[in-house]
Amino acid sequence: MNTTSPALEMRGVRKVYEVAETEVVALAEASLTVAHDEIVALVGPSGSGKTTLCSIAGGILGASAGTVVVGGEDISGYDPRRLTRFRREQVGFVFQSVNLVPFLTARENLLVVDEFGRRERREARRRADRLLEELGLSDRGANLPSQLSGGQRQRVAIGRALMNEPSLVLFDEPTSSLDTELGAQVMELIRAEMKSRGTSAIVVTHDERITHFCDRTVGIVDGVLDA
Amino acid sequence: MNPAINELRREPSRFAPPTTILTLIALLLMFLGGLLDGLIRNSTGAVNAIDTDLIVFSESSQGSFLRSRIEPETRQAIEDAVGTTSGGLGVTLLGARVPGNGPRDLANVAVWGYESPIEGVPAPPAAGTGWADERLRADGVEVGDELLVGPSRTPVMVAGWVSNTAYNGQSSLWVDVETWHTVLNQNRPDAALAPGVFQALAVSAPEGGSPESAAATIAAVDPEGDLLVLTVAETRDAIPGVTEQQRTFNQILGVTVLIALVVVALFFALLTVERTSLYAVFKALGAGTRSIFIGLVAQAIAVTTVAALLAAVAVVAIDAALPAGSVPLFVSPQRIIVSTLLLFVAAVVGCAFSLRRVLRVDPATALGGSS
Repeated sequence: MNTTSPALEMRGVRKVYEVAETEVVALAEASLTVAHDEIVALVGPSGSGKTTLCSIAGGILGASAGTVVVGGEDISGYDPRRLTRFRREQVGFVFQSVNLVPFLTARENLLVVDEFGRRERREARRRADRLLEELGLSDRGANLPSQLSGGQRQRVAIGRALMNEPSLVLFDEPTSSLDTELGAQVMELIRAEMKSRGTSAIVVTHDERITHFCDRTVGIVDGVLDA
Repeated sequence: MNPAINELRREPSRFAPPTTILTLIALLLMFLGGLLDGLIRNSTGAVNAIDTDLIVFSESSQGSFLRSRIEPETRQAIEDAVGTTSGGLGVTLLGARVPGNGPRDLANVAVWGYESPIEGVPAPPAAGTGWADERLRADGVEVGDELLVGPSRTPVMVAGWVSNTAYNGQSSLWVDVETWHTVLNQNRPDAALAPGVFQALAVSAPEGGSPESAAATIAAVDPEGDLLVLTVAETRDAIPGVTEQQRTFNQILGVTVLIALVVVALFFALLTVERTSLYAVFKALGAGTRSIFIGLVAQAIAVTTVAALLAAVAVVAIDAALPAGSVPLFVSPQRIIVSTLLLFVAAVVGCAFSLRRVLRVDPATALGGSS
């Protein structure tokens, strides 16, 4: 993890889709910097471009124009294969519907990240056990997702996002399927985990009530960031 | 451990339908293959056992023992040219009465007269006796029985057993040449042969010489092309029906493998569709298409391995349960291994149809709740 440069630096990033010979601008000249150790809430209505911005920042989508630097690594010109490797090594994701692998235990869900990469088996197992312990799940490592509560599943997903010691973690609506109390607990956990590691995060949300867990809130409407 | 293998361990019921279907297909493949091997053995066992380099027939016979004639002068000319002694061979297909079997006392036999060594068959027995193929046990024949061969009921006593020497679907009875001439001349007067005349000659190349050069030497003493020189393998293929049986069965086996391929392709295509959202998550987490596809192939190989093992056990059990000689089934490790390898190829190729779908999975669908 590079601690001298910002975790994310987007400059003039555009994303345009062509639909039936018409250009649809999903992201317009977006510039955003997320400092090391900073947690940014990205707030906006459905279809505003939140997911597109996150996808570009996480190396899932390529930008039509502009530069994207994550942890000091300029990924703007990366081909799909390099983006795959970049995602494996530099970014963590927590998906909206958690998306744990249903036939893997909590511990194996963390280790699956190592399966896709360089396979540092012993070190990966040690890291998974440490993360499960920090997330209060050391006695749940052998449980399948179906045997865990919603909050526990969310914690496993957070652990999975941290397995590759990323520069940036992207949270996609992390509290959407949780009640207010559990949502607040999860946000507290996210904040604590990010801050204790010095890891930056973008939290995509509709829910204004959780933005106070973040250091800064950025709005987005029709693909335009309000900065 | 690989997620794909964990899925097999934790959700075996998901893979039960393709495993069941593939087991049945594997059983069909091994059973049909065993039938083919059994039929071929029943047709060619005796010829395969002829321990020689070349078999010489008369040209007009087209490699058929029953149509061939070799005169003593021709035999002498061949032996002089090649420099080795040859062995006379002849066979006649007849029915034989089995004493004590009641009204169903007829057994089909191929009576062989032989001078040359036959693999697994002792030297020619005393006149009036013969070595019987074990298949005759199924007809109630025992050592010491006197079989009454052909319409003339020529007696031949069973002196002992030999195995895997059937010919043209009939059980062989190996006798000395004098007895064979007697059996032939008494029961097939239309095909009777004078003493010293055989249907074919088994010729071995001289020490240090090759079968090809021996064949060329024989051709040199036969300027008019009256002789046909074949290897044992060529003689086997010339037996009526052998090539046709092999071709027909191989086409059925090919179609069966194709069905296995389609089953695997359909199942893994469905599995891939069902797993699209999961694969999108895998890709978002940094999994390459290659590692996802390798997981699918590993699952296909595992399913095929289980199916092949179950089918192998089943076909061996069927073989053991069938009464000896009732069905021409011959189950061999080679047939089981070849069938399994064909199924593996079908599984991998079938899986490959899912590759395009895996390639098209977009990791972006993992974000935004659209998955």
